[in-house]
Amino acid sequence: MTAAVAAAGVPDDVVSVTSRTASLRRLRRDPAALIGAAIVVVVAVCALFAPLIARVDPNAQNLTATLLPPAWIAGGVHEHPLGTDNLGRDLLARIIWGSRVSAIVGLSVVAIGGTIGVTAGLVAGYRRGRVDAVIARITDVQLAFPLVLLAVAIVAVVGPGLWTVIAAIGLTSWVQYVRVVRAETMSLREREFIVAAEAAGAAPGRVVARHLLPNVASAAIVLGTFEIARAIVLESSLSFLGLGVPPTTPSWGGMLADGRQYLDTAWWTALFPGLAIMIAVMGVNLLGDGLRDALDPEMRA
Amino acid sequence: MIFSILQAAPGGPLTPYLQNPHITQADIDRLSHNLGLDQPKYVQYFKWLWRVVQGDFGWSMSNSEPVTQAIVERLPATLELMGSAFTLSIGMGVLFGIVSAIRQYSWLDYLITTFAFFGQSMPVFWFALMLQLAFSVVGITAFGYHLALPSAGIATQDNFDLGDRIQHLIMPTIVLSLAFIAQYSRFMRSSMLEVIRTDYMRTAAAKGVSQRAVILKHGLKNALIPLVTVIALTLPGLFAGAVITETIFAWPGMGRLFINALGQFDFAVLMGYLVMVSFLVVFCNLLADICYAWLDPRVKYT
Repeated sequence: MTAAVAAAGVPDDVVSVTSRTASLRRLRRDPAALIGAAIVVVVAVCALFAPLIARVDPNAQNLTATLLPPAWIAGGVHEHPLGTDNLGRDLLARIIWGSRVSAIVGLSVVAIGGTIGVTAGLVAGYRRGRVDAVIARITDVQLAFPLVLLAVAIVAVVGPGLWTVIAAIGLTSWVQYVRVVRAETMSLREREFIVAAEAAGAAPGRVVARHLLPNVASAAIVLGTFEIARAIVLESSLSFLGLGVPPTTPSWGGMLADGRQYLDTAWWTALFPGLAIMIAVMGVNLLGDGLRDALDPEMRA
Repeated sequence: MIFSILQAAPGGPLTPYLQNPHITQADIDRLSHNLGLDQPKYVQYFKWLWRVVQGDFGWSMSNSEPVTQAIVERLPATLELMGSAFTLSIGMGVLFGIVSAIRQYSWLDYLITTFAFFGQSMPVFWFALMLQLAFSVVGITAFGYHLALPSAGIATQDNFDLGDRIQHLIMPTIVLSLAFIAQYSRFMRSSMLEVIRTDYMRTAAAKGVSQRAVILKHGLKNALIPLVTVIALTLPGLFAGAVITETIFAWPGMGRLFINALGQFDFAVLMGYLVMVSFLVVFCNLLADICYAWLDPRVKYT
């Protein structure tokens, strides 16, 4: 607390304060971003320690206790705080385990899309010329095409599964990075420090890796955060359509698809997994907004 | 590109027959010969492309009807849904954006911003289920009226009844537009805020133009320019959203055709649908470019 107060007393334009600590400080002062970060931490802890947190096996069926309501409603029991689904599986345990799928998909998609997209964007922006023309044309085509539908088609045809889903969503996500990184690189490459590095004889690879990459990183990180949110929603949509992870793996979208059939008798089977998706996505989005404001105050919308 | 991915898939259009014990290998061979499936892939591709140019997307194996006919039959339903959702999205998005820009940092602004945030974070299909729960399963009683909306289909009977059609349209339209209203209003807000601070707005206000006229005549047209780009960029998303919405609300449109075809490995339909959607998107982008020229006279196409 005292640290925060002390930090708050220092004006932003003090020269000795590096931009990174200034960004962190701005982030710490943003209540919405803190809430977002807290949600993200909770989801991450759930995903990492699911076996320790969930008291019961998410796949343990109990056909004598199917579609039990949440504990606080008449008929609910304390062993199942959020009730059970049509096979008598504990909803809370499944939601906790379901965070794993969302976390894995979110992070892997960003890793795949981010790596491809940032590389392509840097190359296109720095090399210009023919390479740029080709990359720009590919991204134009991808942006004009409903990629989500293509992802759906790929998954359906190749066969559902965690890695198919990740690959399909990853394939749809790299374009955004190219767009942002390319534009950023284009404007940076004319700046003095890049020209100076080139004049000093730095090889193109070195200029890109040492001088350009750190400067486009913040834009890419902000975009990556939003892409995590998009990937989580997309994964749950695919699972909802029956094209996601196998039904034995608990996932939020899959739970919603199961719960949909019992909407008129057991609303809780559809309500809670959906709430989980919404809260997780909102957390990531809040954090993304905060990061954008903190890393790049001029970008504030 | 789409063609190669679909062709690389295991299975294939004849898979359903392979599992039927009454069909011998000889039958399969004859079938694939008749359908041209034994020819090299690139020959198939160019034959397919040539027919598409002529408006023939091939034969739907699962529905036993020409793909073109299957798509054209379902096109009006999809256009009805997308058209109403699109209109609602733009209308509400622009309205919300203007209001929260003019009254920046008021409670109304915070309300709209919060709503936009929820709208962007909420999974479409979950929102749809919750609406169904509220209005179809439970039904909401308010002000002495029992509100109940049909949760599936496009109409109750075959003969046309406007009121009935509208009732069926309400929920799918709201579901499909929610995310877009959220997105457009956020964008409209920032774009309007930028415009409000410009010199020509101050000039207009200074020479005595009423506030309403300043905002609507001078501000709106300029603030709309960047929004047109965003709308064009989100169009593919509207198609994807329509697929999910149609699935949930049993809407007899192209999206459901697509999902059914996926389950049946009906490639001709999948290809036809994806080509159709790409065509519509390109067409809408062209419209967006024309809107550009109209909104911004500086843009000249030579």
